[in-house]
Amino acid sequence: MGLGSDMYRQQILDHYKNPRNYGELEEPDFTHVGENPSCGDTIQMDVGLDEAGETIESVRFNGDGCAISMASASMLSERLHGMAVEELHEMDTDDVTEMLGVDISPMRVKCAVLGRQVAQDGSKIHRDELDPDDRTITEE
Amino acid sequence: MGVQEQYSFDVEALRADFPVLDRKVGGDPESPGEGPGDDTPLVYLDNAATSHTPDPVVDTVADYYRSYNANVHRGIHQLSQEASVAYEEAHDTVADFVGAAGREEIVFTKNTTEAMNLVAYAWGLEELGPGDNVVLTEMEHHASLVTWQQIGKRTGADVRFVDVTDEGRLDMDDAADLIDDDTQMVSVVHVSNTLGTINPIGELADLAHDHDAYVFADGAQSVPNRAVDVKELGVDFFAFSAHKMCGPTGIGALYGREEILDSMQPYLYGGDMIRRVSFEDSTWEDLPWKFEAGTPSIAQGIGFAAAIEYLEEIGMDRVEAHEDLLAEYAHDELTALGGVEIYGPPGDDRGGLVAFNVEGVHAHDLSSILNDYGIAVRAGDHCTQPLHDEMGVAATARASFYLYNTIEEIDALVEAVGEARDLFA
Repeated sequence: MGLGSDMYRQQILDHYKNPRNYGELEEPDFTHVGENPSCGDTIQMDVGLDEAGETIESVRFNGDGCAISMASASMLSERLHGMAVEELHEMDTDDVTEMLGVDISPMRVKCAVLGRQVAQDGSKIHRDELDPDDRTITEE
Repeated sequence: MGVQEQYSFDVEALRADFPVLDRKVGGDPESPGEGPGDDTPLVYLDNAATSHTPDPVVDTVADYYRSYNANVHRGIHQLSQEASVAYEEAHDTVADFVGAAGREEIVFTKNTTEAMNLVAYAWGLEELGPGDNVVLTEMEHHASLVTWQQIGKRTGADVRFVDVTDEGRLDMDDAADLIDDDTQMVSVVHVSNTLGTINPIGELADLAHDHDAYVFADGAQSVPNRAVDVKELGVDFFAFSAHKMCGPTGIGALYGREEILDSMQPYLYGGDMIRRVSFEDSTWEDLPWKFEAGTPSIAQGIGFAAAIEYLEEIGMDRVEAHEDLLAEYAHDELTALGGVEIYGPPGDDRGGLVAFNVEGVHAHDLSSILNDYGIAVRAGDHCTQPLHDEMGVAATARASFYLYNTIEEIDALVEAVGEARDLFA
């Protein structure tokens, strides 16, 4: 029996079906929502920082979307624990695909990177480096 | 007994005109984890987005470029004459195909969307104002919805939407309520590109005309697969695109009743649409050239006519019968599979497409997995975002059929949908 795409390896399906750190933080240092309107993917990221505001201490995410976007956000939420904010800001698309461990087809990259973009934009808004009116969308 | 015995023409023989159907694509579902491959037979079920182009049409376009490429309406030389005659006669072919009076009622546009914009700008901006209204339906394609929405904002005209019932049909009582003496235009999709609903255009035209409003029917999904007669439908405007009916991209047609087109100002100004120009003023060419400014899509226009001749050789009644057979079969088989929600009217009363969702599987994931089986479907909102909002889903997968599709291809679709459902279970 065929098992479908390489994109849908067991790890991805596991994170999609059992998302880690799913929910909301009671007192996040920042929270941000992003969406890809044509897919209907929506992700909210809540992040708590250490006292210096330099290191990520807690993460929760929630939202709706395809397996790629949800699994990517779930894996990212695990990765972000203990990560320096600077390191989050430096994460690029390759870092996301490396984290996912599968080749993402070109049309689906926007799904894979939405969670990371939401976390980055939320952090930059928190640091006054980004206009809060700039909505997070990873579609072209 | 196979359903294939009910084919209304020799589908296998016809497929030989479409070499692309022999392509291998996608991944290899037998070797998961091996990454994308290129050895799976293509099953092309995205015809509502664009259809494939048969060799006779490709040859016609190539022949223009190879043998008589020239600009139209400009030269006295032989090539320009040949190109002009072929391009003009293409209008006659299109006019005959949809029952228009003649070429003066057929304007070549880029596509259905441009035809809609032509009327919205040339007629709507001039004629609409506060107190007027334009009546659309909740199942309009963005081509109509966004266009009239924005023209409404610019003119102050109200834009109204006829409700869609749970079964995916227009609520005709609502239509009767919304269309009133202030209605200037009723713009409605003939066959829904999402629900597959075949809308009662004649009934809507009667309602509109009772209130002296015009009717614009979007025929992008109807003209490719059923016999259409604009006079029988009673519409004032009608539009469709060649690339969804075996023709080239970049060409479509606007039908407009001659007296209305005659009364309208041009949409685009420039060469080829003028009769006499001075520094102070200009006069316009006759219909339809008044609306075809600049060098038109000559090869594509000639290819458009070739596509129509190709379809007419098969016969539109047979094309429709084939679409109906495939749509009903797909509807029945997907329903029988279980865990599949299908949108729109029953299988025996719809155009040749089926939009659906699989329980627990996002439409984009489904489409990615189907791609590994070589199956091309569209996943997304199909340019009907507000309708999807009404249906309560962000996206659907859509399989849409054409004259070269087979029962075996639908079997392949249904099997792969089952695999995707099980993968996510």
